[in-house]
Amino acid sequence: MVAYCGAVADDLFKALADPTRRTILDELTEKSGQTLFEICSRLSMKHQLGISRQAVSQHLALLEAAGLVETRREGRYKFHELNTAPLRQIAERWLVADTSGPEKGTP
Amino acid sequence: MKIHLTSVFVDDQAKAERFYTEVLGFVKKHDVPVGEKDRWLTVVSPDEPDGTELLLEPAGHPAVKTFRDALVEEGIPLAQFAVDDVKAEYRRLHGLGVRFTQEPLEMGPVTTAVFDDSCGNLIQIATKPR
Repeated sequence: MVAYCGAVADDLFKALADPTRRTILDELTEKSGQTLFEICSRLSMKHQLGISRQAVSQHLALLEAAGLVETRREGRYKFHELNTAPLRQIAERWLVADTSGPEKGTP
Repeated sequence: MKIHLTSVFVDDQAKAERFYTEVLGFVKKHDVPVGEKDRWLTVVSPDEPDGTELLLEPAGHPAVKTFRDALVEEGIPLAQFAVDDVKAEYRRLHGLGVRFTQEPLEMGPVTTAVFDDSCGNLIQIATKPR
């Protein structure tokens, strides 16, 4: 279980470590459910990122491995959806809930 | 040299004729029988009757399906048409039941959208940069 969580975390942090992949997540936040063509258009036209379709496809594969992007087939089309659920692992790992209540003065 | 004709492959020429004229609003320019069942079928923009013709070509060649399926899966359009207002055209076509794979998207000076021509192709509409 611990080892499994470690592998998931590795994929997650690797996915988030790249600025282009974070930009892809930004664009999917604006609108979830995009074709590869739309993602490429947004990266080149809105962000002036001159990267090939193949490179974008590889970025998407890493995001998909981390569970941050899911693909949905609809007829002949394939859409990429955002899934932010894996980000909770980050919060759950380090951000402990504040259960201490109001601070009491040291006796 | 001028580009006077380009083509898209269509699954069914009769269906394509209806879609490209009745839905998109192009007008038929040439319609000549070729062989047993195929036609040399071209349409033009009503604004430019002597402008570039679009040939609605039968998709009979076995390589066409593989080629188009791969492009359609990734949302890649096979042709681009210019419109004055992408959002207005999106609303009009969407109202007529046309399926869009990309809703209007503003990217700097250009707005684009991508729809399915129901004959096997994705088509991009775009505003001309002013």
